[in-house]
Amino acid sequence: MSTRLARGGRLIDRARPVEYRFNGRRLTGFAGDTLASALLGSGQMLMGRSFKYHRPRGPVASGAEEPNALVNLGEGGRFEPNQRATTTELFEGLTATSQNHWPSLDYDVGAVNTALSRFLPAGFYYKTFMSPRPFWKHLYEPFIRKSAGLGKAPTQPDADRYEHFHHFCDVLVVGGGVAGLLAAREAGRAGARVLLMEQTAHWGGRAPVDGDRIDGQAAEDWVRHIVTELEAMENVQLRLRCMGAGVYDHGYALGYERLTDHLPGADGPRHRLWRIRAGRIVTATGAIERPLSFAGNDIPGVMLASAARDYAVNWGVSVGDRVLVVTNNDDAYRTALVLKEAGLDVPAVVDARPEGGGELARRAEAAGIRVLKGKAVAKAKGGKHVTGAVISSQAGEGAMLEEIACDAIAMSGGWSPVVHLWSHCGGKLSWDEAGAMFRPDPDLPPTGADGAGFVIAAGAANGHLMLGETLRDAAEAGARAVSELGATPASPGALPAAEAPEEAPLFPVWMMPQGAGHELRSKAWLDYQNDVKVSDVRLAAQEGYESVEHAKRYTTLGMATDQGKLSNINGLATLAQRLGTEIPKVGTTTFRPPYTPISFGAIAGEARGETFQPIRRTPIQDWHEARGAHFEPVGQWRRPYCYPQGGETHGQAVAREIDATRGSLGLLDASTLGKILVSGPDAPRFMDMLYTNMMSTLKPGKCRYGLMCSENGFLMDDGVVARIDEQTFLCHTTSGGADSVHAHMEEWLQTEWWDWKVHTANVTEQYAQIAVVGPNSRKVLEKLGGIDVSAESFRFMDWKEGVLGGVRTRLFRISFSGELSYELAVPASEGRAVWDALLGAGEEFGATPYGTEALHVMRAEKGFIMIGDETDGTVIPQDLGLDWAISKKKTDYIGKRAQMRSHMADPERWKLVGLETVDGSVLPDGAYAVAEGRNANGQRKVQGRVTSTYHSPTLGRGIAMGLVLHGPDRMGEVLDFPKVDGEVVQAKIVDQIFFDKDGEKQNV
Amino acid sequence: MLILTCPCCGVTAEETEFHGGGEAHLTRHGPDSDDDQFHDYLFMRENPRGVHFERWRHVYGCGKWFHAARDTVTLEVFGTYPAQTTEPPQHIREAISARRPGWSWRGLS
Repeated sequence: MSTRLARGGRLIDRARPVEYRFNGRRLTGFAGDTLASALLGSGQMLMGRSFKYHRPRGPVASGAEEPNALVNLGEGGRFEPNQRATTTELFEGLTATSQNHWPSLDYDVGAVNTALSRFLPAGFYYKTFMSPRPFWKHLYEPFIRKSAGLGKAPTQPDADRYEHFHHFCDVLVVGGGVAGLLAAREAGRAGARVLLMEQTAHWGGRAPVDGDRIDGQAAEDWVRHIVTELEAMENVQLRLRCMGAGVYDHGYALGYERLTDHLPGADGPRHRLWRIRAGRIVTATGAIERPLSFAGNDIPGVMLASAARDYAVNWGVSVGDRVLVVTNNDDAYRTALVLKEAGLDVPAVVDARPEGGGELARRAEAAGIRVLKGKAVAKAKGGKHVTGAVISSQAGEGAMLEEIACDAIAMSGGWSPVVHLWSHCGGKLSWDEAGAMFRPDPDLPPTGADGAGFVIAAGAANGHLMLGETLRDAAEAGARAVSELGATPASPGALPAAEAPEEAPLFPVWMMPQGAGHELRSKAWLDYQNDVKVSDVRLAAQEGYESVEHAKRYTTLGMATDQGKLSNINGLATLAQRLGTEIPKVGTTTFRPPYTPISFGAIAGEARGETFQPIRRTPIQDWHEARGAHFEPVGQWRRPYCYPQGGETHGQAVAREIDATRGSLGLLDASTLGKILVSGPDAPRFMDMLYTNMMSTLKPGKCRYGLMCSENGFLMDDGVVARIDEQTFLCHTTSGGADSVHAHMEEWLQTEWWDWKVHTANVTEQYAQIAVVGPNSRKVLEKLGGIDVSAESFRFMDWKEGVLGGVRTRLFRISFSGELSYELAVPASEGRAVWDALLGAGEEFGATPYGTEALHVMRAEKGFIMIGDETDGTVIPQDLGLDWAISKKKTDYIGKRAQMRSHMADPERWKLVGLETVDGSVLPDGAYAVAEGRNANGQRKVQGRVTSTYHSPTLGRGIAMGLVLHGPDRMGEVLDFPKVDGEVVQAKIVDQIFFDKDGEKQNV
Repeated sequence: MLILTCPCCGVTAEETEFHGGGEAHLTRHGPDSDDDQFHDYLFMRENPRGVHFERWRHVYGCGKWFHAARDTVTLEVFGTYPAQTTEPPQHIREAISARRPGWSWRGLS
């Protein structure tokens, strides 16, 4: 059983006990503990259940690579699933629960899957849930969804805040072990701006645990001195609890800083996302120990040898009283020695190498530890914890030589450099046969804008696992980073002298024992988190999943949070072996950022709630808000949809606004309307290319409705163009389209007709625009006075400039409602005053502000199209019966050639018509008109669809527009529109102009 | 996230300041072109592993369109130049040749 040792623990403060809760139990650890070390110290080895088989699981590792000990952390607005106990710093009041079990961690019903595991092989889901098809929706999917996923999703909004931080530096060093510290010092001494980040709360990495010496000092002391030295350098920044999450194009990197995870509720942001642009990135990310593949290697109590050592040295925790060590390399002997020194029993070191190890092995033997050479653990025994191990020859098939009782097994299959950051942006790897590992290929680094490599791997992350070569490589990496940036490296000082025992070479072991049969292989885990075993990968290979990327997806090896940290090499080796090829031929799967999961909060940063995106406001917005308008988003604007009064519903408010406008006087804030000036000697020519109509013939003082298409012919925007003078046009665009239309103009001007003398200016926000609409609109303008608006001198589609009610105004006589109507544009700063003046002068006429819904209904009553309703990016003007607005005389306009293509000219294209329901009801938006028969997919054939549909208060019935096959030729025909609930609504094809067809109201 | 230099205003900036505009040096085909020519102009694009010419706009800067010569695999940028040209200028071609001898792209080399 795991327990807290009476002494030891370099990271904990025994004077400061910390209380926390796990699955409701109140427990105590020490300041400096991780949740995992505290739980182990409390005798809690079982920390979760596995994903697929719900097998009991304890921690395998002591750091970021941990696959098993994932917990639900916190409560309420601070609840978060899938937090690694091994990287969660303990704090007072921490609350955690284990995942993937029901009803409890100790007794889990789903564990029956283990017994069924021979029926749940690789690809089980694909094989089992294929047919019959209807079962998928009603049976399989609900079942899989229920049993899938790791932790629970939070149910409350995140109580914390987060921030982004932009940073620029010459050299980013990721990893604060001895290699990262030394590389940072080399770069710092040369004067480079250096950022050094370390994902844990401590500098020094593994060196202090390994007990080696540097420059005659204990590694821990050397680390303290170099950190002090770095802290004194003004050009060097150091960040603990900050992980290098990803490396991207051209030296861009993300850092993930956990500021208050260990101090919940403290002031300031919880996480900070560093968005870094670095000249060079030194990855000193160390190496991760590999598990050994033997049967029962997932039983709680089996863990990495380095982790067992970490728990003892860092946190004063023993993982068991009798710890068997099994290895294929020398490093695990360090664990045996540490445990022995801590007073624990190490019954044996099982070394797969026939010749055994080097100096460390000799020290172990000298310490009285039994060393078994050329031997293997054939099988770990136990259920919820390890009880013993069956020992066999490594070379054999697993025949038992003896059984050793133990309550923990520390295993080491060698070390894999952490190459993730090197690989994120395309850095390639090469296979190192001697070390049995992939390491960065220095000739194929990720490249920057200048074509030079911008990532330099250093130390163990570069495949240099021995302390002496780690230090040499790191110093070189730091110096290289600055010299590649054009600086002069500081005069090389003496390389720190490493004192570490000579190590014998490792012996690659991919299966233990080598000849293990199916029974043992099907109990040997490769990927703990996803429950992938040696037998699964072999099965995948046998079934033809030979590509490593296919095998990964088929078996789920290395997916989820693992991302190849623990399972990668063992899985690749198993696949290679089964395929009878070599590991480098199989290759690796793609390493993708982030290195370990980062919070959604950190990704979102400040972009949340009101700061999610800026909201554009018209000069009259305050009035709308004070009036209690109901708003709808239009682009980045918020436009009043309607202005409900008293207890009115929105529908009632809209009807009232329409009645008032058609009956007397309505006012609309149209400031959001796009306004773009096009000016210059070639402006007429340019306008003729932009619009489908002839705009060059428009006279100053006149307006014309125009259509704008994209080069592939589709209608993209519409609006009224006013010619200001010979060289200047004012183009009105849709509210949402102003920016894209302006960009469209600029694109053509800059990239196609760059010799044309034209410039454009988007003046949308320079003007407030107000529509004054209804039979009394002329009267209210006359009351304001200053511009002659008489029917004779100011005709429909005229515009004029003048001083209206004391304000410089551009007045347009245009109508989107079919009423006598004007739009007045005034400087934005005068907008609110003019709005108030119109309300005052209009009081006697019952002036009624109306919103976008009334605007929409009134335009639909008149059969006017709306971009985004009648158009969807596949509709051409000809579909909408707008041929009258397409010039036949012009030889060219943007979209003209495309509209000549056979499909565009096809008479079978659906055309715009009005639709009138037989029963007067309102058609559902987007409903399809069905035709006889079924298509190749067995779906009902369709012959049209609804594009706009409203209740018209003017007509007292539902009205709609739609695109219908041969529509204009089928007036009076009745179509069937099935609703989602199966009921069918019948509608008659009619003319799309429902109201005042002759324009008598408009042209008064 | 790329770094690009706008040849108009001279600013070297993050990709988020720019907006990509697809392949550069397309020749517009209007109403007098035949179906195949127009189809190719509208839809057919290069998709090279290696040297490529792209259009970019400095949207959150000077607003100008420009062209970039870039390697789609290594992300190396050989140079940027104003969009008011129908083919890459000589100094850009030389810069590419210096790094990728023997390159070719849509008949250019």
